[in-house]
Amino acid sequence: MKKLQGALVEPAFPKSWRKQSKPHKFCPGCGQALALKILGFAIDELGIQDKMVYGCDIGCSLLTWEMFDLDTVQAHHGRVLPTMVGFKLAKPESIVIAFMGDGGGYAIGAQHLVNSAMRNDKVTVILINNANYAMTGGQMAPTTLISEKTTTTPEGRQENQFGNPLHGPEMLSKIIDDKAYIARTISTNFGDCKEKIKKAIQNQIDGRGFSFVEILSMCPVNWHTNTQASLDFCEKDLTKIYPLGEFK
Amino acid sequence: MKRELLTGNEAAIKGAIASGAKFMTGYPITPTTEMMEHWAEAAVIDKSLKFLQTEDEMSAGFAMIGAILAGVKSFSATAGPGNILMQDAFSMAENMRLPTVAFINQRGGPSTGTVIYSQQEVNLTCFGGNGEGLRIVYSASSGQEMYDLAIKAFNTAWKYRFPTFILADGYQAKTLTEIETYMPQEKQIEIVEAEPYLLGDKGEKRALRNTYNLEEDLHFLIEKHESAFEEASDNIVEYEEVQLNDAELVIFAHGIIGASAKEAVKILRGTGAKIGLFRPITLNPFPRKAALDSLTGKKYILLAESSLGQFERIVKYNLYGTKIAIEKITKPAMGITAEEIVQKVEEITRSFSGTSFS
Repeated sequence: MKKLQGALVEPAFPKSWRKQSKPHKFCPGCGQALALKILGFAIDELGIQDKMVYGCDIGCSLLTWEMFDLDTVQAHHGRVLPTMVGFKLAKPESIVIAFMGDGGGYAIGAQHLVNSAMRNDKVTVILINNANYAMTGGQMAPTTLISEKTTTTPEGRQENQFGNPLHGPEMLSKIIDDKAYIARTISTNFGDCKEKIKKAIQNQIDGRGFSFVEILSMCPVNWHTNTQASLDFCEKDLTKIYPLGEFK
Repeated sequence: MKRELLTGNEAAIKGAIASGAKFMTGYPITPTTEMMEHWAEAAVIDKSLKFLQTEDEMSAGFAMIGAILAGVKSFSATAGPGNILMQDAFSMAENMRLPTVAFINQRGGPSTGTVIYSQQEVNLTCFGGNGEGLRIVYSASSGQEMYDLAIKAFNTAWKYRFPTFILADGYQAKTLTEIETYMPQEKQIEIVEAEPYLLGDKGEKRALRNTYNLEEDLHFLIEKHESAFEEASDNIVEYEEVQLNDAELVIFAHGIIGASAKEAVKILRGTGAKIGLFRPITLNPFPRKAALDSLTGKKYILLAESSLGQFERIVKYNLYGTKIAIEKITKPAMGITAEEIVQKVEEITRSFSGTSFS
C-alpha cells in the first residue's frame, strides 16, 4: 500500500530548534523567524549543537530565549555581546552566538559592538535589521530609512534632525582585523543567508576572530505592510540603502 | 600565613586570588583602578588568571556574568558612577540568582563625587536596580578586612547565589597597612567550588532567561528568591560588638567609621565612660536580631556615618519599635575621626543633664 506522503512529512525544522517551544512567538510574516530557522540549519550542518551557547538580547530577540535546543541565556538590552564575550573568554572551546536587533547592536549596545570588533573577540554576532524598534511598537532605529515613518518620526525620519541610517557592517569593516568576517544578508534569501551565517560561525570555530552578520528582515506589523509590500520594502528599498555582501 | 605591607586594593586582589577567583573584568575608575592593575600583573605570572579591560562598567558587569555562566569564579571592581552603570548587570544577577562578586570603593556624591572618604554607595549597593535588594553587602573597616572579606565574599556568593559586594572607600583602598595574608585552608576555610550554568554536564540543554510572560510567574519567582534570601540571612549576617555589656550608649557605625568608633570607645573607656560599639559587617542582610539584643538596657544610640543618613535608614528600619534616643554624626564625602566621635559623645552627655555615662 502506498503511504500517504503528506501525513508523514513533518515541517522542516532544524534539529537544533526546540520543538516544544513552537510555534515560535514572532508576529505572522516576521522575517526574524526565517532568519532563525536558517541559523538553526546552519548550526545543524556545522554539527556544533553540543558546544554552542546562544545568547539573545532584549527587543524581539528575547522571544528566542527558548527557541533553540541549545544552552541559552537571555541578557539585558544591549548587553548580550559582553555576556557572550565573557563566556567565550572563560570557556574558549565553546562556540558562542550573540543574537540582537538593530537597537541592541547599533544604539544601546553600540559601544560593545565597536569594542568587541576592535578587540577581534572570537564571537559571532547575528543582528537583525528591520529598520525600526519592533518590540516597543515601531519607533525609529539607527537603521530607519530617510523619510520612513515610525511612531517617533511621524513625518518620516529627517536627515537634518536624526542623521543618516547607520551602516553597521561597513562601519565595523573599517576598524577590524583582517581575520574577521563581516557580512550583510537578507532573511528572504535562504541560500545566501545560510552561507554567510555558516562562514561567520566557521570563522569563530577556526579561532580567527570576530564575525558579524547583519540580516535584513521584514516587520509587517510595524511597517503596516501586507505580504507583498513587506517583501518589496525589504528586498527592494532596504537593499538599495543596505547593499548585501561581504565586507571583510 | 605571613605579614605583608599592602594597600587595601592589593589586599582585596590577593584575597580574591586566594579564594579561587580566576577572571576579573573592569573599567578603570579612581580609587579602584589599582585592583585591575594588580590583577593584570598577577595574570602575567599566573596563566590561569584571566583579565578583560572592558569599554565600560556595563560591559564589565555582563562579561563577568558570562564567565560565571561558564563556571569560572569571576568578579569586578568599581566605584561611584561605575557602580551605577554596573547595576544593570547586578539586577540581572539578582533576578537570575547568579553569584557575582564586586569590590566597591565608595565615592562621595553627588555626581562623580570625591575619591577618599565616602559611605554614600550604601543605598545603591544594597538596594540598587529594579529588584528587591536581595544582595549580600559587606562593609570592610580596614585593609585587613578587605583581604578577609574578599575570601569570604566568593564563598558566600557561590554558596547562596546572590550578588555579593565588599564596600570600602579610597582611604582604605590606598592606605598601606600591615596585613596578615593566608590561604583559606590555613584557617580551615572551605572553598565553595564554582559550577557551570551552561555547557555543564552533557544532557538536556538549559535556557536561562530573565523575561516572563505572566506577572504571576515573576511574582512567584521573586517570592521564592526572597524566602531563599531570608533563609540564608541567619548564616550570612556578621557584626562586631565592642564593650557592650555595661554600656549605656551604643555607637552604631560601619566600615572605616566603625574603625574610628572603635578607637573612640577605647578613648572614652579610658575616662571611665560606659560606651560600646555595634558594627554591622553585613549591611544587607542586616544583623537585626544581634542589633536589637545589643540594645537591651541601653539608653542612647549614636549613629556615625560618611553619608546623610543611608546607614541611619537601615538601622532605624531594623530597630523599629525600639524606644531609645538616637543622636547622629552625618558627614557625606568626609571622614569622621575618633576624636569627633568622642566630642559628640561628650556633648550628648552634657545635653542629657543629670545623665552620666560613667
